[in-house]
Amino acid sequence: MDYIMAFLVGGLICVAGQLLLDLTSLTSAHVLVLFVCLGALLSSLGLYEPLVQIGGAGATIPLTGFGHAMVQGIFEEVNAKGAIGILSGAFKNTTPGIVAAIILGIIMALIFNPKG
Amino acid sequence: MALKGSQTPKQQEYQRRVQQNKPKPSVIRNVIVAFIVGGAICVVGQVALNFFSSLGLSSKEAAAPTAVVMVTLGAVLTGLGWYDELGKFAGAGSAVPITGFANSIVSPALEFKREGFILGVGARMFVVAGPVLVYGTLTAVLLGFVYWLVHGGVIQL
Repeated sequence: MDYIMAFLVGGLICVAGQLLLDLTSLTSAHVLVLFVCLGALLSSLGLYEPLVQIGGAGATIPLTGFGHAMVQGIFEEVNAKGAIGILSGAFKNTTPGIVAAIILGIIMALIFNPKG
Repeated sequence: MALKGSQTPKQQEYQRRVQQNKPKPSVIRNVIVAFIVGGAICVVGQVALNFFSSLGLSSKEAAAPTAVVMVTLGAVLTGLGWYDELGKFAGAGSAVPITGFANSIVSPALEFKREGFILGVGARMFVVAGPVLVYGTLTAVLLGFVYWLVHGGVIQL
């Protein structure tokens, strides 16, 4: 059941992105920026966590989930440490993914050559 | 198009013809493919999430290793040249999941390898991921500031 919900929720978030690509003049970079900010906004209003409860990875894997993770990291840090949490929380939950991408970017550039 | 006022009638006619003859993207086909590919990538993510949960991690704790698995998949498939092929076919279906975030880092890292590891790989890596992190951070910090105002006792509601 959780696989079906992940498919539906994740698929629908990607459909929203595709509609923005096809029906507006936004590039995929614009859409990705928009989605992270939108995920952050929905998260702060308490609207993204219910989507995570419904869709599991379908809600956390799209980039909106990245914005959600940033905001929740900040909120957790503010609750624990006060004002400094505003600055210390954004990458609390998101660091592993970003660091993995940087390290793998270098490794892939060492191993592979661009096509063409 | 924004320059319409400064164009000669001939240029406007040309622009009109370009608009007329430009192939219209098949929106329905694109949306279906984005739904299927995006959904399928999230199912793979759910498999990873369930695996880490089965090791005893809470669903919250399992999110980070799941992201790492997905980033790794996206990075390796980009290195092999497969993810960019998928991107041409699937559009937002492959760009919006975090595998696409990894692709947006690894793809320029590879492409600009010939410009060297400092000004090529190092500098170009964040050409798309950079704006995502910059504006994601800005938005999250502003929202965090409001949260602190409300919950830090500065503003009593």
